[in-house]
Amino acid sequence: MGVIRAFKRNFSDLFKKLFKKQNARIGIYGPPNAGKTTLANRIVRDWTGDAMGSVSHIAHETRRARRREGVTINTNGSSITLDIIDTPGLATKIDFHEFMEQGMDEAESKRRAKEATEGVIEAVKWLENLDGVILVMDATEDPFTQVNVTVIGNMEARSLPLLIVANKVDLAEASPSTIRDAFPQHPMVSISALEGKNIETFYEELAKRFG
Amino acid sequence: MIPMQGFQMDLVSEHRLSTMSPVEKVRFIIDEVKSGKILVLEKGLSPEEEAHLIEMTMTLIEPDGFSGIEMESYPSEVDTSFIGKILKKNALKSRLTVIGPADQLKTLKKDRDMISALISTTK
Ligand SMILES: Nc1nc2c(ncn2[C@@H]2O[C@H](COP(=O)(O)OP(=O)(O)OP(=O)(O)O)[C@@H](O)[C@H]2O)c(=O)[nH]1
Ligand SMILES: [Mg+2]
Repeated sequence: MGVIRAFKRNFSDLFKKLFKKQNARIGIYGPPNAGKTTLANRIVRDWTGDAMGSVSHIAHETRRARRREGVTINTNGSSITLDIIDTPGLATKIDFHEFMEQGMDEAESKRRAKEATEGVIEAVKWLENLDGVILVMDATEDPFTQVNVTVIGNMEARSLPLLIVANKVDLAEASPSTIRDAFPQHPMVSISALEGKNIETFYEELAKRFG
Repeated sequence: MIPMQGFQMDLVSEHRLSTMSPVEKVRFIIDEVKSGKILVLEKGLSPEEEAHLIEMTMTLIEPDGFSGIEMESYPSEVDTSFIGKILKKNALKSRLTVIGPADQLKTLKKDRDMISALISTTK
């Protein structure tokens, strides 16, 4: 009897694998320190009760991509289930001296730099396996960086949906309109991932873009 | 006479790059930049090539050696021409790009239509 039951279970698992529509995979991208993990933590906490990863004011805190599968978001009567991937901050340069300036010793700084370069490679590789991107920018910083241009270009080239997040609007220097003017062809939401400001609008936009 | 202090800047025509495969382009750029040159590419790279260049840069970074590149291109323009619409894939028009060693090239200011950079002659 046990054999039959096991067979049934295996069969139903296989059936699910074959016919269940795969969740859309959404990558959270952006320069180091933009607030990607803070946002990922908020999404995952709001909808599953867990956390995603550690946050730090020192750049390149995330040095490995992390995936959280099956996050179901309910907004405005609609519901979407996504796989959320928090990626390491993208950069074109990494200098370990910057970490030493933050108070880390030389060995630790060099290790962090090495891991950070590997993290960037991982983030770039993930770009090819996504169905959409949330591009997080620090609204107190200049949005015209190479990293932003390259991520947007890759999404446009493959006609994949993109949602720009102007983060840190709780800070007085934040200028989300600069971001909107820089990339007018893509939808943008201004939020504070830290304080949760405007997060409802963000979820609605998420469902609209990736649903 | 004091020998002239400076850096080499190469202006690379669209034609020069168009004869190279994507792998060759990335290799060419990395080799030039690692040797301390600053490149101005007339036509820039495709977004995929930019991503590949970033990956390659990361593999070559060394403590107290090469610390990476500074790269600045304009946001590409989506080709809205008739031909562009016929082709299913979004045709992107890439634009002028400046690439140099991170320890020598600093972007001062950039907007949709203007890049302003500072080149340092001392490392
Ligand atoms: N004021 C303010 N600070 C924020 C906000 N979001 C994130 N931060 C802070 O910004 C810093 C970086 O946040 P992270 O979430 O680690 O940023 P990240 O983009 O994941 O960074 P990396 O993993 O290093 O690429 C931390 O000190 C956060 O507390 C925000 O909405 N407002
Ligand atoms: Mg992070």
